Amino acid sequence: MKKTIFVVAAILLGALIVGAVDTVHPFGAPGNAPMDDYFIANALQHRSSENIVTAIVFDYRGFDTIGEAAVLFTALCAITVLFREGRKKS
Amino acid sequence: MNPLSLVVRTTCDFFAWFMIIFGVNVVVHGYMTPGGGFQGGAIIATFAVFFLVAYGGRKMLAWVNEKVYDLFDEIGLVLFFLLAFWGLPTSFFFNFFAKPFTESSVTAIIPGAGTIALMSIAVGFEVSGAISLIILTMYKGIRIFRTESQELETGYER
Repeated sequence: MKKTIFVVAAILLGALIVGAVDTVHPFGAPGNAPMDDYFIANALQHRSSENIVTAIVFDYRGFDTIGEAAVLFTALCAITVLFREGRKKS
Repeated sequence: MNPLSLVVRTTCDFFAWFMIIFGVNVVVHGYMTPGGGFQGGAIIATFAVFFLVAYGGRKMLAWVNEKVYDLFDEIGLVLFFLLAFWGLPTSFFFNFFAKPFTESSVTAIIPGAGTIALMSIAVGFEVSGAISLIILTMYKGIRIFRTESQELETGYER
């Protein structure tokens, strides 16, 4: 009984994966992506940054970068708390 | 962690400082090259790892001042938030320093990218301090669980 359920689930999962891969856009040809065209056309003129990736990371999506910096700071706090020297048992 | 041989230590003496210079170069040119604060900060943090592996933990902990790394971390984070809030009269993360791109701004000393370059430097401070501090703290944490008697560290050449 368990094997039957497993085989049916595996076939179903495989069919779903094949169906999902079938609908993926071909490489280098994304679907409707107006923001890409906007960044490529205007990032250099508006922000004067030769590296468009940096312009996106630090300007257009700066809020995301604040989150990344906060994550790093939180990791530092957590590691400091985790590895602190505890009191020895007397 | 025992110090490694004389060859490794001499190589560390020569090349560890160039690692920092390379990391600072990546951070400062973050607005025009592939790189930036996170990548350059990680390169700077490899200095701590290199020193720790080559010279051993005892000398590293005696030489380094953790408050410097702590200060780097805090300065970077505060500068980043300050620059983000500075443009608040217009909007959060408004690039108030940016100048329109011209041909001469490629070779200019002060880049026209404005807060992008400054934020790259701020994040470089933050990441270099945080990762170095994480490495040092984890090394000290390993030493806590060592229960046998602490013999003196000896290298291959001593």
